[in-house]
Amino acid sequence: MPKEDNQVVLTMRGICKQFPGTRALNHVDFTLRKGEIHALMGENGAGKSTLIKVLTGVYEKDAGSIRIEGVTGEAKIHSPQDAQNIGISTVYQEITLCPNLTVAENMFIGRTRSAFVNWQARNKRTTEILESLNIPARAKQELSRCSLAVQQMVAIARAVDMQCKVLILDEPTSSLDEKEVEMLFGLMRDLRDKGVAIVFVTHFLEQVYAVSDRITVLRNGELVGEWPVAELPQVQLVATMMGKSLNDLESLELVGQKSVGSEEVVYEAENLSSTESKPFDFSIRRGEVNGFTGLLGSGRSESVRAIFGADQVTGGRVRVKGKNVQIATPHDAMKNGIGYLAEDRKRDGIIADLSVRENIILALQVLKGFFHPMKREEMEAFADEYIKALQIKTASQDTPIGSLSGGNQQKVILARWLLTHPDYLILDEPTRGIDVGTKLEIQRLVLKLAEEGMSVTFISSEIEEMLRTCSRLIVMRDRNIVGELTGDQLTQSQVMQTIAGGKQ
Amino acid sequence: MTAMQPDLKKKKRFERLTDAQLLTIISGGIFLLMYGAALLLIEAFRKPQVFFDITNYYSYLIIIACSLTVVMIGGGINISVGGVICLTCMVCSIFLNNCGIENQTLLVLATFVIAIGIGAIFGAFQGALISYLEIQPFIITLGGMFLARGLTTILSGGENVPVSETNPFTLWINNAAIKIPALGTTRVRKGQVYVNPATLHWVTIIAVVVVIGIYLVMRFTKFGRNTYAIGGNTQSSQMLGINVKLTRFNTYLLSGVLSGLAGFVFMMFNGAGGKTGIGLRSEMDAIAASIIGGTLLSGGVGNVIGSFFGAIILGTLQKIIWFSGLQEAYWQDMANGVMLGIFIVMQSVVLSVRGKGKMHLPEWLKYSKKNR
Ligand SMILES: Nc1ncnc2c1ncn2[C@@H]1O[C@H](COP(=O)(O)OP(=O)(O)OP(=O)(O)O)[C@@H](O)[C@H]1O
Ligand SMILES: [Mg+2]
Repeated sequence: MPKEDNQVVLTMRGICKQFPGTRALNHVDFTLRKGEIHALMGENGAGKSTLIKVLTGVYEKDAGSIRIEGVTGEAKIHSPQDAQNIGISTVYQEITLCPNLTVAENMFIGRTRSAFVNWQARNKRTTEILESLNIPARAKQELSRCSLAVQQMVAIARAVDMQCKVLILDEPTSSLDEKEVEMLFGLMRDLRDKGVAIVFVTHFLEQVYAVSDRITVLRNGELVGEWPVAELPQVQLVATMMGKSLNDLESLELVGQKSVGSEEVVYEAENLSSTESKPFDFSIRRGEVNGFTGLLGSGRSESVRAIFGADQVTGGRVRVKGKNVQIATPHDAMKNGIGYLAEDRKRDGIIADLSVRENIILALQVLKGFFHPMKREEMEAFADEYIKALQIKTASQDTPIGSLSGGNQQKVILARWLLTHPDYLILDEPTRGIDVGTKLEIQRLVLKLAEEGMSVTFISSEIEEMLRTCSRLIVMRDRNIVGELTGDQLTQSQVMQTIAGGKQ
Repeated sequence: MTAMQPDLKKKKRFERLTDAQLLTIISGGIFLLMYGAALLLIEAFRKPQVFFDITNYYSYLIIIACSLTVVMIGGGINISVGGVICLTCMVCSIFLNNCGIENQTLLVLATFVIAIGIGAIFGAFQGALISYLEIQPFIITLGGMFLARGLTTILSGGENVPVSETNPFTLWINNAAIKIPALGTTRVRKGQVYVNPATLHWVTIIAVVVVIGIYLVMRFTKFGRNTYAIGGNTQSSQMLGINVKLTRFNTYLLSGVLSGLAGFVFMMFNGAGGKTGIGLRSEMDAIAASIIGGTLLSGGVGNVIGSFFGAIILGTLQKIIWFSGLQEAYWQDMANGVMLGIFIVMQSVVLSVRGKGKMHLPEWLKYSKKNR
C-alpha cells in the first residue's frame, strides 16, 4: 500500500532544456514524494528521458531549479556521480553498462570510494544478489556475453543495491519477460514500503496501473498534469498523452482484419538449424502474418536469426518462392527478398553517428551495392516519406540518430526495412519502447502490408499484440517448436497453456 | 524483499576465458614457440645470455609498451613517449655535466627525480588538454612529440652531449648489473677454467617490476578498473558514476611518468649522454608491442603482461634476424611489419572463431565502431 506520508523528496520546477532544433523540455515541473511509485508518461520524444537525465546530471538544464530533501537550497548535480552521491540511483533507458567488464564489476564500478578492489568480496556479494533476484548470470561472466534481458536485470540490480532515496527506472521492462517484470514489481513495492521514492517510465499501460501510485504526463516537452492513479483511468491517460479527446480514441482501437495469406508459399525451411538454434521446419505464405512466441530464451529470436542468416547456419534446406536457395548470410537473405528488424537495436541496428537519413537508406543501399550510389534527392525523398509515415520525431533528416528518443530510433530502423520492400519481413520486437499510439499504428501497418502481399513474421513479448496481428502463432519452448495455433485457438489462455506445456 | 533462496548450486564452473585473456595467452605462446624455434635452429641462441641481452636492451621498450598499454586501454593513444625519452636523456645529461654533485647516491636520486619529473610534466599537460579540453589524443601527443624533440635540439644545439667516464653516475651504472656465473659460459684454456658469467642488468629487473606493478594497478585499483570501463564505453562509464575526465587524465599522467622512467632506464643501460636520435620511432614499436600483446586500439581490452611478451617478441625477432646475417635495418623493419600483420590477422581469426562463428574484423579495424 502507498504510504499516506506526503513528504516531498524531490521538486523540479520550471525545467527547460533545448537541444539544437528541439525544445525537449519547456518549463516542466515534477514533484516526487517519499514512498511512492510515480509513473512518468508520454509519447515517444515527449521528454521523459531528458527530464531524467537533467535530474541525474547527464545534461545541464538551461533553466529551472531542483531541490532535494536533505539538501538546503539548490541541489548541485552536475554529473551522474553527484546524483549517486546524494542518493539518486538510475537505470537509464539505454543500458549503460560496460560490455568489456564482468557482471560483478558492472554492479560495483563507480560506487565505491576505496582505492582498491576486493575481487573476492565483489564476486561473492554479486553472486548473492544474482541468486536472490534469480538472474541467470554468473558474477565473473563478461557482460557482453549476457543476453539483453540479463543486462537489463543487472542494471536494475545495481541500482537497487545502492542505498538510495530516489530510484529512477527509465523503461526497465522493455526487454523483460512477464516473470521478470513481476519480480521487478515486487522489488519496487518493497522499496516503496521502505520509503524510497520511485520514478517509473514505461509504455506498457497495464504496468502503470499495476504498480504506480501517481502519474505525471508530459507531451511535447511540456507538463500536462499530475494525477493519482485512481483519478486517471487508462483511456483518459492515453487521451492525455496523445492530446486527443476520448472520441478520437474510439477509431484508434480498430486495427484491421487479420490476414491468412494466399496459397503461395513464399518461404519454406526444412530442418533449418544454426549454431544457436535446434533444427526446425517453417513456412510462410504470401500475405500471411505469423508469430513466434515463447518465454525469453525459448529460442524464438534465434529461430528467425537462422532464417535471416544472422547466426551461422549449420544445416537445412531453404526454398524461397519454390526455388532452392542458400541463405548463409544476411546479405543472401536480403537478396532473396527477406528483411529482418533485429531485437537489439543498439547492437544490430542503429549506427549512432550517422544521420537519420543515412540510417533509413542503409539497407536499401546495401541491397543495391555500394557502387551504385543513390541520388541525394532520392534519398531525401525516401527519408521524408518514412519520417512522415511513421511520425518519427526528429529535428531534421540530418540529425544523428543517436540523439533521437529511444522510441524514435526504433521507428527509424523499422523504416529502414520497410523501404527495401521485402517479400518477407521479419520483425523481432518492433514495438519495443514505442508508445501506445504508434504501437497501434505499427500493428495497422503490418496488416496493411500483409494485405498488399507482404509476408510478415512478428515477434513480441506482448502476447496481446501478437493475437491482434498474427493469424498463426508458433509456440516455442527450450528451443523447440511445441505447438502451432491458428483460428479459434488464438486466445490468451490457449497461448499461455501451450507455452507452459499443457499444465495449467 | 522476495527472499527466494534458490538452492545454492555449488557448481564450480570454469569460467570461459575472456577474449583479452586469450590474446595474452596467445602472445605468450607465440613467444615461447618463436624462442623454441630459434633455440633449435640457431646455434648462437643457446646461451641464457642471449635472452638477457634481449630483455636488457629492450627494457625501455617494455616500459613504454606498458605506458602505451595503459592509455590504449583507456581508449587513447600517446605517441610522445619516444620524444620524452630523448628529452629526458638530454636534460639528465646536461644536469650530470653541470650540477657538480659528488655524492653518488644523491646524484643518482636527483637524476631519477628529474627524469620522472619531465615525464610527469609532459603527461600532466597532455592529459589535461586531452581530457579537460577534449582534444584528440593523437593530435596532442603528436604535438608533444614535436615539442619534446624540438626542446632536445634547442637544449643541445643539435650536438651530442656526452657524459664523462668519470662522472659518478657513469660509475654507478657500470656496476648496475648482476653477474650470474651459473648461467654463463665456461671455457677451459690451458688447464684454467674461465667463467664468462651471464649479465642480468638492473634495467631488466626494473622493467619486470614495472610490468608487475602496472598489472597489479590495472587489476586491483579503482583507477585501473575505471580505465578499463572508460575504454570499454565512455558514455556508460559516465552514467555509472565514474569520473571519466580524472581517470583519463591519470592514464596520461601515468603514461608520462613511465616514459620518463624509460628515459632513465635507457641511460642506465646505454650510458648517460644526450643525442637527438634517441628513441626515434620507439613509440611505434611500443604500439606494435601492445597490439601484439592483445591490447585493442579501440580501448577497454588489454593487459601489460601481454605487452611485455609483445616487446620481447619484437626483441627476439631482431635477434633472430641479426643472427641470420641480415643486419640491415630495413630487414628488421619489414620483419616487424610482417609480424604485426600476422598477429592482427590471427587475433581477428581467433576472436571470430570464438564469436558467432563468422569471420569478422576486430572492432577497431572497422569503419564505424562502438557507440554501444
Ligand atoms: N542528445 C540529444 N541531442 C539532441 N536532441 C535530443 C537529445 N536527446 C533527446 N533529444 C530530443 O529531445 C526530445 C525528447 O527526447 P527524450 O529522449 O526525452 O524522449 P522520451 O520521452 O524519453 O521518448 P521515448 O519514449 O521514445 O524514450 C526528442 O525529440 C529527442 O529527439
Ligand atoms: Mg526515453
